[in-house]
Amino acid sequence: MAHYDLHMPVFEEQVRALRINDTVTLHGTLYGIRDATQIHMFDRGRKPRFDLKGHAVIHTAPNVRKVDKSAEFPAGYAPVCIGTTTSDRMERFTRPLMKQYGVRFIIGKGGMREGSAQSFADIGGAYLAVIGGTAALETTWIEAIEDVDMDDLKPESLWKFRLKGFCPLLVAMDSHGGSLYTAVKANSQARRAQALASLGVAVK
Amino acid sequence: MKIDPQQVEDAARELYIRAVKLLPPDIKQGFAGLVKRETDATAQGVLGTMLVNIQVAEDTDNLLCQDTGIPIYNVRIGRNVELDGFAMKQAIRKGCERATREHPLRSSVVHPVTRKNEHSSCGRHVPVIHIDFCSDEELLEIEMIPKGSGSENNSFLKMAIPADGVDAIKTFVIDCVLEAGGKTCPPTIVGVGVGGTADLCVHLSKVAATRALGSRCSDREGAKLEEALTEAGNMLGVGPQGLGGDSTAFAVHVETAATHITMNPVAVNMQCHSARRARATFRPAGLEYGY
Ligand code: SF4
Repeated sequence: MAHYDLHMPVFEEQVRALRINDTVTLHGTLYGIRDATQIHMFDRGRKPRFDLKGHAVIHTAPNVRKVDKSAEFPAGYAPVCIGTTTSDRMERFTRPLMKQYGVRFIIGKGGMREGSAQSFADIGGAYLAVIGGTAALETTWIEAIEDVDMDDLKPESLWKFRLKGFCPLLVAMDSHGGSLYTAVKANSQARRAQALASLGVAVK
Repeated sequence: MKIDPQQVEDAARELYIRAVKLLPPDIKQGFAGLVKRETDATAQGVLGTMLVNIQVAEDTDNLLCQDTGIPIYNVRIGRNVELDGFAMKQAIRKGCERATREHPLRSSVVHPVTRKNEHSSCGRHVPVIHIDFCSDEELLEIEMIPKGSGSENNSFLKMAIPADGVDAIKTFVIDCVLEAGGKTCPPTIVGVGVGGTADLCVHLSKVAATRALGSRCSDREGAKLEEALTEAGNMLGVGPQGLGGDSTAFAVHVETAATHITMNPVAVNMQCHSARRARATFRPAGLEYGY
């Protein structure tokens, strides 16, 4: 278990060095993305204005307040509360995000499936877990909303965040086929019989 | 006691904002209990981060979670209360919308087909408003629950058959907890509805999931099931956020209703660790906010 401080964007070797249970702090830029953003990017052919190559995207739809544009609020939005949503719904977008846009990290909660694990292994990427439902804390890791694209989809716009140091993120799926979720799932499936026995249910 | 719709509107606004910021004391106690028993190091770390988040939300007057949920208002009306029911429903809607625009809160509510967001947290039949009556003389109670989608997306109904008995109910609950894994933001309150019609069964599971920790099912059979299922559910090792550990659920709550001779329905609805809830109580002496 090692800790890495990464300044975004990153190269493939930096991602390949990570193993499950390592922790990561991201510095610089982070992009926010969600269901509707990706449906529009991949099903309706919209091209975002930002270069996502080597970057991390977080599954999010933040609470924001519209304000006048200024040095502090370059996009005209003040962050109110920024957190993470369940990644599983966005499973089918992992490969195109990585292949077409060069994304290296996906940040979210709850983990992703086999297809994503395969993409991380093939192309060089990782899934970083944030603790779901801890948005008040995550908001303190964000310095500013630097820019926004596809804002007609608000709150599911494509957000560009400037970070103070986004941490601690847990490497939950790595580029070597490692996945904490698969391990926990196999373990809890194995305990099913014991749980049912405690309830007096005979397992068929 | 006479209630003015404007009071209800203001309370509906205030309740939404309070609910998304302040975690009820029974849930905080639930966390303390889990921390005491948890044996897994990763899980202790995850619970620790959740506790820091609760504190940061209070210190910075911020939302506990970015998901403002689907707004639900549960209203209980006493016997000697004078109010215009229709106006009250409109007032709740207005208050919900005002909270969203004035705070502002992210509106998480869209039309189910067009996916259009009115940025008001309102839409057809939303906020969800449940109205019930109670024996208290002069009392109006409004409970507000912002129901997060991570947990709501893991809702299940099974129309089991009588021949499979209570074993079918137990097995179903365990399998739902396994299926949900980390997607529900555990530790959760697993709400189980047993009996009724299909819709009543699902409704009961929501009532169970959103009940205060420490409360028990008023049906003895339901209470027995709660205890056994809580213990069994926490044997599964799903853990906080599905990253492994003992703390899969704060508790399993059960609500029961009579059912048909040929039916054996069971429903599961979950509440995430951000088990948010706020309550406004109107009495002749005035209005009080709590959980
Ligand atoms: S499931 Fe609950 S804690 Fe998790 S993101 Fe949704 S509302 Fe927040």
